[in-house]
Amino acid sequence: MVTLKIDGKVITVAEGTTILEAAKTAGIAIPTLCYWRGLNDVGACRVCVVEIKGEPKLSAACNTVAAEGMEILTNSERVREARRVNLELLLSPHSCHCPPCNRNGNSTLQTLAEEMNIGEIPYETKLPKNNWLAGFPLVRDETKCVKCWRCVNVCEKVQGLGVWEVNGSGAHTKVTIRDGLSMNEAGCALCGQCITHCPVGALVARDDTEKAFRAIADSEKITVVQIAPAVRAAWGDGLGLSKELATEKRMAAAAKALGADYVFDTNFTADLTIMEEGSEFIERMTHPNDYKLPMFTSCCPGWVRFVKHEYPELCDNLSTAKSPQQMFGAVTKSYFAEKLGVPAEKLFCISVMPCTAKKYECDVPEVNGASAKDVDVVLTTREFERMLKAAHVDVSSLEEREFDSPLGTGTGAAVIFGATGGVMEAALRSAYYLLTGKNPGADDFKAVRATETAGIRTAEVEIAGVKVRAAVASGLANARALCEQVKSGKAPYDFIEIMACPGGCAGGGGQPITDGVEQAADRGAVLYELDRQNPIRFSHENPDVQALYGEYFGKPLSHRSHELLHTKQSEWTV
Amino acid sequence: MNRLEITQQSRAEKTVRGLYDSLSRRIGASPVGNCPVELTSAFLKLCLAQSCGKCVPCRVGLDRLAALIDALLDGEGSTEDLALIERTARAIADSSDCAIGFEAAKLVLDGMAAFRDDYLSHLTKNRCTADFAAVPCSAECPAHVDIPAYIALTGEGRFADAVRVIRKDNPFPSVCGLICEHPCEAHCRRSLVDAPINIRGLKRYAVDNAGVVPAPAKAPATGKTVAVVGGGPAGLTAAYFLSLMGHSVTVFEKRQRLGGMLRYGIPCYRLPDAYLDADIDVILSLGIEVKLGVSVGKDIPFDELRAGYDAVYVSIGAHADKKLGIDGEDSRGVISAVELLGSIGDGNKPDFTGKNVIVVGGGNVAMDVTRTSMRLGAKSVRCVYRRRVEDMTALPEEVEGAMAEGCEIVPLKAPVRIEADRDGNVTALVVQPQVIGEVDRGRPKPYDADAPEEKIPADVIIVAIGQAIDSKPFAAAGMAVNRGAFTADKAGAAADCAGVFTGGDCVSGPATVIRAIEAGKVAAANIDGYLGCHTDISSLVDIPAPTYKFKPAAGRVTNTERDAEDRKDDFDLMEKPISREEAMQECSRCLRCDHYGCGSLKGGRNTKW
Repeated sequence: MVTLKIDGKVITVAEGTTILEAAKTAGIAIPTLCYWRGLNDVGACRVCVVEIKGEPKLSAACNTVAAEGMEILTNSERVREARRVNLELLLSPHSCHCPPCNRNGNSTLQTLAEEMNIGEIPYETKLPKNNWLAGFPLVRDETKCVKCWRCVNVCEKVQGLGVWEVNGSGAHTKVTIRDGLSMNEAGCALCGQCITHCPVGALVARDDTEKAFRAIADSEKITVVQIAPAVRAAWGDGLGLSKELATEKRMAAAAKALGADYVFDTNFTADLTIMEEGSEFIERMTHPNDYKLPMFTSCCPGWVRFVKHEYPELCDNLSTAKSPQQMFGAVTKSYFAEKLGVPAEKLFCISVMPCTAKKYECDVPEVNGASAKDVDVVLTTREFERMLKAAHVDVSSLEEREFDSPLGTGTGAAVIFGATGGVMEAALRSAYYLLTGKNPGADDFKAVRATETAGIRTAEVEIAGVKVRAAVASGLANARALCEQVKSGKAPYDFIEIMACPGGCAGGGGQPITDGVEQAADRGAVLYELDRQNPIRFSHENPDVQALYGEYFGKPLSHRSHELLHTKQSEWTV
Repeated sequence: MNRLEITQQSRAEKTVRGLYDSLSRRIGASPVGNCPVELTSAFLKLCLAQSCGKCVPCRVGLDRLAALIDALLDGEGSTEDLALIERTARAIADSSDCAIGFEAAKLVLDGMAAFRDDYLSHLTKNRCTADFAAVPCSAECPAHVDIPAYIALTGEGRFADAVRVIRKDNPFPSVCGLICEHPCEAHCRRSLVDAPINIRGLKRYAVDNAGVVPAPAKAPATGKTVAVVGGGPAGLTAAYFLSLMGHSVTVFEKRQRLGGMLRYGIPCYRLPDAYLDADIDVILSLGIEVKLGVSVGKDIPFDELRAGYDAVYVSIGAHADKKLGIDGEDSRGVISAVELLGSIGDGNKPDFTGKNVIVVGGGNVAMDVTRTSMRLGAKSVRCVYRRRVEDMTALPEEVEGAMAEGCEIVPLKAPVRIEADRDGNVTALVVQPQVIGEVDRGRPKPYDADAPEEKIPADVIIVAIGQAIDSKPFAAAGMAVNRGAFTADKAGAAADCAGVFTGGDCVSGPATVIRAIEAGKVAAANIDGYLGCHTDISSLVDIPAPTYKFKPAAGRVTNTERDAEDRKDDFDLMEKPISREEAMQECSRCLRCDHYGCGSLKGGRNTKW
């Protein structure tokens, strides 16, 4: 332990604690911009500088370790002056055209400028040139980048991809795409972690809200909204809703309030995915010579992009089951269109996802089964939030409402798709039933649940005398470690679930952003609670899924299932 | 009004001089990997600030050139702009009235030739091709030793850990502590404050105080075999790392002892056998088989090695001598530096008592034999060189050391012929005085002065004008050779010779020990890959966190030498170590670029390769 004095307060902290963290324990706030705990402590913005008595220079609180006997001032005139100048400098090459910015109201730079009462910027405001690949689902704006380098570090360290790099020197130092490649070639998984870790509006997801608004306004179109499991754990964040108000049913009401004709739940097709993928897994396990093992889950398009770019030789290990989003699109434009008695083209499928890669997935030509485009537009949770704001929906006063039927029913097994380990757990619950004819305990497979937001977890489960060796990973650096094992033939697993984002979709790149806070674990906990509360906790018990098989697909892996619910990812255009 | 006045420097002028000094220190220690186009723009602005402003090309041209380059850097340039930059620079170089202008334009033209790809990358991709090196010392060290780590460890008294960290990249810590040319110090960021850290001195301090540090554990045996031809620093480095990777290594050495030029080229007063043997003992402790006195190509055909081993590394060094090619060179008493130092390496010291010795040459080897001759009892030692003292390629401290020991440097004399008595014993070197002339390929070239030849009496003449590579037997067996040196790619793979790798002096020509170590390390990594393996070499030593303390300007602690009078008659180690308090102060000066600056962003450390 070390004892030091910060702003006159005597504080004792563990050795190795930074000044920033030490101050926090005493309730002393030090402003930061580039810092992100555990990810980025590069000390680049110099906004967190503090005065250490006896030192002639100010030190960065984020990466200076507290030492015995230190006396620190966090709010002296000298400190304020340096912070202020640095902030003014940061603002001078920054596009301060705030109202149209995606992050207006949720920008750390904006907050700091307000907190420090910045008025006129005394420097020439000169914006760098901006160039970007038009239409790409991930959008970068050089004129807003503050060079905090978080995107570089999250992509390199957490995702193991290194799409972003620090380039040039001096005033022209900037973030560029690695090796001078274009965004199409750089192997970007489109996980969107750089977006959720950006303190400003330099990295955003492509805004597709106008497409959704136009479809809703088009009286010729029947708009069908699906909402992904993880969205319900976060949708109220940017709307200022309390946890109590931000319920699933109010979310359904909010989507309805936007004017959508049908508001369904992706949980429905998550259950359908389990039926198809679980059956496929049993088929693969029982015919090991005909298929590749281990089988990988395939519902995360960030992960699929990663496999296609980094490990194309493992493409055939991916389950051919489409993701719940795409199954939903296919079912909507076939089964549901038939039910309504309208041509598929009349339906417009809008999906609300915690994800940026889903914007890519819905545009993959080879993924469609029921129409030219099964899912017409993908909105992130943040876009959903922006639409509600733009439509001036007073969300907190909305009455709760059930999802519409028949594609609105989901089980507890479906809702945990939004957390790392959830797909595996749901699949094991139903695989057990499919092999033994009996249900296991709903919580029998909790070993695969997240203990922390990232990492690799493994479990061995015996079902009807068959030993199933499962592994679960989230975060692409972890995925890479598993892929290397699989490639070398040394992976002792039969079934592997991978989610590109740390913590799974709960921590997805399309989720609302609270700067500096990793929220995947808390959001995942919300989903597990919803699972616990759901009276049905097995995908195979979803009555509407059972009806769908009865009326339309026959059984899992049927000919029609293969036509509509399966795909060959190796053929996907990237 | 006074008719004339004594010049007095104003405060402003004095300060500007000081700023120039500080800037030249900064330029001298320039960071590694800056954008060359960005630097060109900055240099141009400096040149413009130095312009008197009289002439158009300089006054207006340099300004417009800088603006064009800046636009390019801002991503706003065009192909036409690039052509305009070139056209303008050429006109300025052609038409400026004085050097301020034409040298500035030349800077742009030279740059456009040397890093045109970077200009084009800025133009087409708004992107720089340079890669900023976060830690200059490690980046500049050819073996990329983790220098901030071992300085921090030394500062904490963890000397054995310091040695372990060094060995991750360089199995010769003991040797390098004494004789490395320390390119690591050239760009030390500490130079921006005062002067570079005495990195080599600290390495020696750590090694001297670490005791015997055993080699790390080897990886499991791969069953693969590698033959290393030549037991010098390159060969032994490759052998060490390949052995750690689990391969079975056999070293074939032509001479009776291992060490190559470290043993047979560097005198003991700079590198005592004990230091060399300390490193070699650890290397051999891995179980490397050594075959001494075996000349590949003579005692055993090269093809036999290729057939008998999974891979072969050829690192035979440059041990053949070069001749002056003048009359009388075959007289008795004329020897080459390689011959002299080689026989001393085998334990046969000639006696020069009472003899007048002349050394011909201006490099480090010339200094080595000059100072060695003094230690062998010579009455007088003269080093004859055809250029000026400042043109000598020997390190300045070597030249000064030789002079302090009583050797004489005789510059601007070109050897013409050697005279001998009737019995064929050398009597004198006849030289032609020289005038230093125009710069040719970066160095001023001497030419014959309008002055008569001079005769310098001598009993021994030692020719130290470079070494050659004995590559013929290998060339005959199929290895590609260009001007005597083996041809290899960047990975160390010999051209057109599958499974054969080569490196060190026999590829680069005579170079430094750390270059040879680099070659051996690179070869080991790529031979491992060639053998279908990928075993990482790593260090598990935990590195102390940097302290936050500000480091005020302080003098650099340098190693001193024994007094010239005391050292000039023996072969004992000449350099004195630094003391503990000096070492600790020197460690505390390190700015920890692995953490501060770009080190915190780019990681600053490779824990394995």
